[in-house]
Amino acid sequence: MNDSSLIDELPGELLMWVLIISELLVFGAGLIAFMGVRLTDPTGFAEAQSHLYRTGAAFNTAVLVTSGYLAAQALHWRRTNFRLKARLALLCAAALGIVFLIIKGVEYTGKAAQGITYETHPFFLFYYLLTGFHAAHVLAGVAVLLLITWRDDPNNIEAGAQFWHMVDLVWIMLFPVIYLLG
Amino acid sequence: MKYETQKIAYAYFAVAMALFAIQVIGGLLAGLIYVFPNFLSELLPFNIVRMLHTNSLIVWLLLGFFGAAYFLIPEESEREIHSPTLAYLQLIILVVGTLGVVVTYVFNLFEGNWLLGKEGREFLEQPKWVKAGIVVAALMFLYNVSMTVLKGKKTAITNILLLGLWGLALLFLFAFYNPGNLSLDKQYWWYVVHLWVEGVWELIMASILAYLMLKLTGVDREIVEKWLYVIVAAALFSGILGTGHHYYWIGTPAYWQWIGSIFSSLEVIPFFAMMAFAFVMVWKGRRDHPNKAALLWSLGCATLAFFGAGVWGFLHTLHGVNYYTHGTQITAAHGHLAFYGAYVCLNLAIFSYAMPILKNRDPYNQVLNMGSFWLMTSGMVFMTFVLTFGGTVQTHMQRVVGDYFMDVQDQIAIFYWMRLGSGVVVVLGALLFIYSIWVPRKEVIESGAAETPAE
Repeated sequence: MNDSSLIDELPGELLMWVLIISELLVFGAGLIAFMGVRLTDPTGFAEAQSHLYRTGAAFNTAVLVTSGYLAAQALHWRRTNFRLKARLALLCAAALGIVFLIIKGVEYTGKAAQGITYETHPFFLFYYLLTGFHAAHVLAGVAVLLLITWRDDPNNIEAGAQFWHMVDLVWIMLFPVIYLLG
Repeated sequence: MKYETQKIAYAYFAVAMALFAIQVIGGLLAGLIYVFPNFLSELLPFNIVRMLHTNSLIVWLLLGFFGAAYFLIPEESEREIHSPTLAYLQLIILVVGTLGVVVTYVFNLFEGNWLLGKEGREFLEQPKWVKAGIVVAALMFLYNVSMTVLKGKKTAITNILLLGLWGLALLFLFAFYNPGNLSLDKQYWWYVVHLWVEGVWELIMASILAYLMLKLTGVDREIVEKWLYVIVAAALFSGILGTGHHYYWIGTPAYWQWIGSIFSSLEVIPFFAMMAFAFVMVWKGRRDHPNKAALLWSLGCATLAFFGAGVWGFLHTLHGVNYYTHGTQITAAHGHLAFYGAYVCLNLAIFSYAMPILKNRDPYNQVLNMGSFWLMTSGMVFMTFVLTFGGTVQTHMQRVVGDYFMDVQDQIAIFYWMRLGSGVVVVLGALLFIYSIWVPRKEVIESGAAETPAE
């Protein structure tokens, strides 16, 4: 019997893939639930959505994708022995993560100033849950990026970059569904 | 038995089995009260019987876990337990505490006393002195096993087991916090009740199961460890925020409905992984271990845990469903099969594996023991189906149509009768198990099987 399996061919840490799949399942289920509840009240959801700060969110998408690109390049540079360059790239990636969080913070403060809470409308319940959970992951991701800047073993960078790409991917799923879908 | 101090497990398993007998007989009594509501109503009211049934379950499962730890840690870390005296003292404290609880409940002694009286919180109603005793015993236990592991070889199995046992003891500390606000009370209460059975206990379960698979199937340790880490990661990822599925209707904010629904749905995954793990190990394994009873209980554990905890849990975990089924017999169906599959079978598996070794009767294939597995399991599965059907009827009549609780209870009496019947079968199975462990001295062993070398 052949003991090797597809699992052995996965790049990076197996447990990181377990985490990534778990995260995608959670956010995927959250988005499906959002779409399901949206069916029960399309006009209410459209009205609620019009209060969102779309420009900021679009800018944040660019911020996060650029940050992801830097993390990917960092791994490449580290493997080709441009160690300092890799560290700088990771530091910039972390800084962009913080930029994302600042813009997110401005967005949340704006909502709070308008008196919008998670109880205002089911739309905002999902809005806060999904983007809030995601923001918590960005915060964790920034910590991870700083950690791998410090302990810059290529395996560490690979695992950290995997996590950061997952955070990126989740945002790319959340942004169109929550902010744009008309 | 390679290490002398593994013998400690013998005493723990003996007390656990005695409490197991008390627990199932208590269950039978409760089942009887369902069909004859006034049975023993003065002497031993239903709420007391139920407390005894659930509390003795928890205590004997814990004693089984402690015993399992004392049995497998010396082998894994390749050294004797740090202090056998402390281990026996720990058992004495737990037994005295348990007896104190039983006496206090049954006679309702010292009512209202802050130290000696029962506290009236479901599952955590132990008098404060007993809770303190449990903490002292837990500290002694953790000190003892941690010292053993720290000085010896560290394996994934002992690491995960210790993580689970430390979590178990630390989470129990929430039992001391009893806020006046009922919503807050429930919120913290679940930190013990949920984070035990759907959190740290799963780590204990996975590590004991991994140990059994390692011994019974002879699969490489590396493969077992890889599975173990994946299972543990999946269990903690889903189980911790899965606590939200208890926060639907207790006065906590509405976002818990979605957090609870989504995360607790994923709790099926670790249970599925454990079932897949057990069967894949058996298929891959090259060893034909003579202890077929231990293997049967291990596979039964993984399978029934998947159905009881995983499938039956998912059945009513979504808040839209739970809005109707909350607290009906559906909950009882899930509770019975989940505890039986995940934790009762797990303990009986490690008893079946360890007892012949502890009694120097190895190798041993235990035909009677296997009979008790099928008797107990068929009884429990039948009970689960009966309560599920009864609960479905109850949900419809009581929650959809809006009939009165007691009128509905009369209507579903037939299900309670069938549950009593299945309960009798479970009790017979349990007694047969205990008999098969302690009494028979001769066993038919297939020739050749005994020659397979153990690890």
